[in-house]
Amino acid sequence: MKLYTFASPATFYHLAGKLIPWFAWSAGLLTLWGLYISFFLAPTDFQQSEAYRIIFIHVPAAWMSMFIYLVMAFWGAIGLAFNTRLSFMMARALAPTGAMFTFVALWTGALWGKPMWGAWWVWDARLTSELILLFLYVGIIALWAAIDDVKRGDRAGSLLTLIGAINVPIIYFSVIWWNTLHQGASISVTKAPSMAAIMLQGMLVMAVAAWFYTIAVALVRVRRIILERERHTEWAKAILEGDQ
Amino acid sequence: MEWASWSEFWDMAGYGLYVWGSFGVTALCVLIEVILLKRAGTDTLRRLKRMQQWEEQ
Amino acid sequence: MHRFLLAVLRRDLTLAARRRGDWMIAQFFFVMVASLFPLGVGPEPDMLARIGPGVLWVAATLASLLSLSRLFADDHQDGSLEHMVLSPEPTVLLVLGKSIAHWLIYGIPVLLIAPVLGIQFNLSWDAILVLELSLLLGTPILSLLGGVGAALTLGLRGGGVLLTLLILPLYVPALIFGAGAVDGVMTGTGAEAHLSLLGAFMVLSLMISPWIAAAALRVSLE
Repeated sequence: MKLYTFASPATFYHLAGKLIPWFAWSAGLLTLWGLYISFFLAPTDFQQSEAYRIIFIHVPAAWMSMFIYLVMAFWGAIGLAFNTRLSFMMARALAPTGAMFTFVALWTGALWGKPMWGAWWVWDARLTSELILLFLYVGIIALWAAIDDVKRGDRAGSLLTLIGAINVPIIYFSVIWWNTLHQGASISVTKAPSMAAIMLQGMLVMAVAAWFYTIAVALVRVRRIILERERHTEWAKAILEGDQ
Repeated sequence: MEWASWSEFWDMAGYGLYVWGSFGVTALCVLIEVILLKRAGTDTLRRLKRMQQWEEQ
Repeated sequence: MHRFLLAVLRRDLTLAARRRGDWMIAQFFFVMVASLFPLGVGPEPDMLARIGPGVLWVAATLASLLSLSRLFADDHQDGSLEHMVLSPEPTVLLVLGKSIAHWLIYGIPVLLIAPVLGIQFNLSWDAILVLELSLLLGTPILSLLGGVGAALTLGLRGGGVLLTLLILPLYVPALIFGAGAVDGVMTGTGAEAHLSLLGAFMVLSLMISPWIAAAALRVSLE
């Protein structure tokens, strides 16, 4: 069996169906383990007291928001280069979850910032680029929603993802640059708590949980997209008639 | 174990609002996404089935 | 090769000359947005000088969006765009020519109006000079990146609003370096670093965005 066969929507539809429960259950169990570490194993931070426990969710969410964007850009590039339908569908399936994690990163960042910096929001490089990342996600999803034609939508969305992927590092560095020049206005940011091994472990567990969750959700979404696009093929008709 | 009692656990040394606000909203986001996904899935299935029946007639 | 580029340029400029009202609207919009700010925040000269560079830059980016939605739309409606894309001439040059034409009819007037608005905002002559330099380097970025957005949203319902949503986040570096350069000369930290970064970003946009816009145009016309 060649790897290429997995790229056929029919095979992938069934494979994804088998994989989803594994990823979903692993994500659930890892979340429980991560929460246990976050609240019961990780010690109180001497500087930030208990408020620092937000990092167990903030940092993984921020990682995922950027990582999902890169994966979307990767699938988009593959789709544009090799004209594989499935990669466009993967890119589409990932976007809403990416936007969700970006929102979570911003929300938890604000709730962490208030007790630590005394402000809900500072125009700090990371927060600002995260906000712009959210705008990019919203733009891409809006573009997909506006284009009815499947083929055009796939390609247009991927092109926008790619130009965004080139732009995100530039935005990040320009905001850092801008921020250093506005020291007077910004609040001095307290350093992240010195990273104990158990804290790093907690963040990693939560990050893997978020990753598995993303895979599970994206696979569910991609199955729906496949069925929608392949509904005229024999195998899809069989599925639609099968479970009544 | 860090916590002497449940009330201390919920209080989070006075930062309860921030900590539980973060974890709660995240849980809510995940929950909403899963519910929307479920609903979109059944909607799509129903729509596709109806379209297929309509086409076969 | 560049005969095609020149032909596209000449064609777009002739069309623009016939429809003067269209691109004058963008310039009036630029003036109006900038004039609303003093009414909103109050007339203190020091504060106006403080916010002036940022306000003028934001107004310039918004004004560019207003005219961008028309970049390919008219040619798309009368069918000539399809002919030009299907012709043996490279689509990249078509896009580049149209972006340059857009800059000539949007960017140059902005450069001419900006000093007047700068005086309204109580900017010093040094600051106005740097503002002009930053707009000279920065407005081409807006036309180039905007070309990508215009190609992606070609012929869509509500394309103009969508274009705004897609392209404004990509404008952020230009805005930061552009307004930052003027800020730099006003606070005495110097504008050279900002201007060179802005120039680098312009070169990068010039090298990348026509290709992506050309690809987007082909996708949109398929």
